[in-house]
Amino acid sequence: MIHKYSMNGFNIVLDVNSGAVHVVDDIAFEVLDFYKEKSENTYEIIEALKDKYSEKSIMEAIEEISELEKNDTLFSEDIYEDVIPKIEKRNPVVKALCLHVAHDCNLKCGYCFAEEGEYHGKRSLMSFDTGKKAIDFLIKASGGRKNLEVDFFGGEPLMNFDVVKQIVEYARSVEKENNKNFRFTITTNGILLNDDILEYINQNMHNVVLSIDGRKEVNDKMRVRADGRGSYDTIAPKFKKVAESRNQKDYYVRGTFTRNNLDFSKDVLHLADLGFKQISVEPVVADEKETYSLRKDDLPVLFKEYENLAKEMIKRKKEGGSFNFFHFMIDLTGGPCVTKRLVGCGSGSEYLAVTPEGDLYPCHQFVGMERFKMGNVSKGDVNGKIRAEFENCNVYSKPECKKCWAKFYCSGGCIANSFNTNGDFITPYEIGCELQRKRTECAIMIKVAES
Amino acid sequence: MKHIKTLKLLKNTVAKGGCGECQTSVAQCNN
Repeated sequence: MIHKYSMNGFNIVLDVNSGAVHVVDDIAFEVLDFYKEKSENTYEIIEALKDKYSEKSIMEAIEEISELEKNDTLFSEDIYEDVIPKIEKRNPVVKALCLHVAHDCNLKCGYCFAEEGEYHGKRSLMSFDTGKKAIDFLIKASGGRKNLEVDFFGGEPLMNFDVVKQIVEYARSVEKENNKNFRFTITTNGILLNDDILEYINQNMHNVVLSIDGRKEVNDKMRVRADGRGSYDTIAPKFKKVAESRNQKDYYVRGTFTRNNLDFSKDVLHLADLGFKQISVEPVVADEKETYSLRKDDLPVLFKEYENLAKEMIKRKKEGGSFNFFHFMIDLTGGPCVTKRLVGCGSGSEYLAVTPEGDLYPCHQFVGMERFKMGNVSKGDVNGKIRAEFENCNVYSKPECKKCWAKFYCSGGCIANSFNTNGDFITPYEIGCELQRKRTECAIMIKVAES
Repeated sequence: MKHIKTLKLLKNTVAKGGCGECQTSVAQCNN
């Protein structure tokens, strides 16, 4: 399988199964349309294209394509379905927990899937005792795995920051004797952020996610306090300070775009103009009944926005003002192994979410859905039936993904999005897929432009 | 090559992949 497209003046060909990326001229680009069905008879290809190109040029292109095919970097075979039995036998261990230290929030963002931080339940804060049990659970459930991750999440985790500090201190006190290495991250809306908290975060958190949507009027339409006041003026100066204090590394300013700002590239560039170097602005996933949800009709506009953003990033990089955009980051020279590409995030098997009461769920997006409750950290066992449902999710268990050219760059998409939009794990969220494919095209194009 | 420019292949990661020590995410390593 190949995927070919033209963007920003480049003809790009991705050989899906090898991962090879080729930049081709117009002749080779057109020859590829005929090559597979007529490669036995080059005369037919020449006949089809002779009005546009010389016979010599067409033959050269055919020979080059043929050589790449022999080298397994064009039209290469899909050998990865055979890897699935190996993956199914791998017995994954839990290696990451998302600790919901606060089911409470000091903002009431319009699009929040956690419903003002409460996750369809009541307001509550995690106790240190529950946090300690969660760390003990992770150490035990991770088997021989050394690298472990703990995300402090909410709600708003700064509303329970003393417990965050206690959990970090406890984890650090037991990691050496258990041959573990903890990596902590925290996500915050910034309202309670102050110099003391920032100093602690910089000393202890490997990554920090700062929630802001972009332009003031965009941010303040959705990210509001209980009395309706916007949050931009409070958080923007604080976040700039965070970014500088971390030397513009190991953080993300992270926003959500909705139908209210289909021109979201302006929000990305606004954040870049504020000086941020690590930026993510992502599409909202919401019930289609919501006025701010994205529709299929919006896709052409959004595609154009992504392309314009990619072109602007190339331009700014040349001018010395580069920044990273989370969804355009792609590694074509290394990247993860095939196993990782096929199974994706590992939610429900390698990654679990923990509520303030210690209940376990497949990931933060499933929290509060009773059918997906997998156990409790105090007992330490995990519902094997639910876990198996998630463990068996992979690119080849999803018919639509199996035939998609972008499958090795998205790993079958977000299971929660599939479930929330289609009611099952194997039917991907279609709008999400369309946007993912466009972002992958843009990401590869940026690499081509930089080469 | 005159008409095509090629910009590490996936199949090489089949045998030695799957250690699971990588960070939770993919577009992300022993590799």
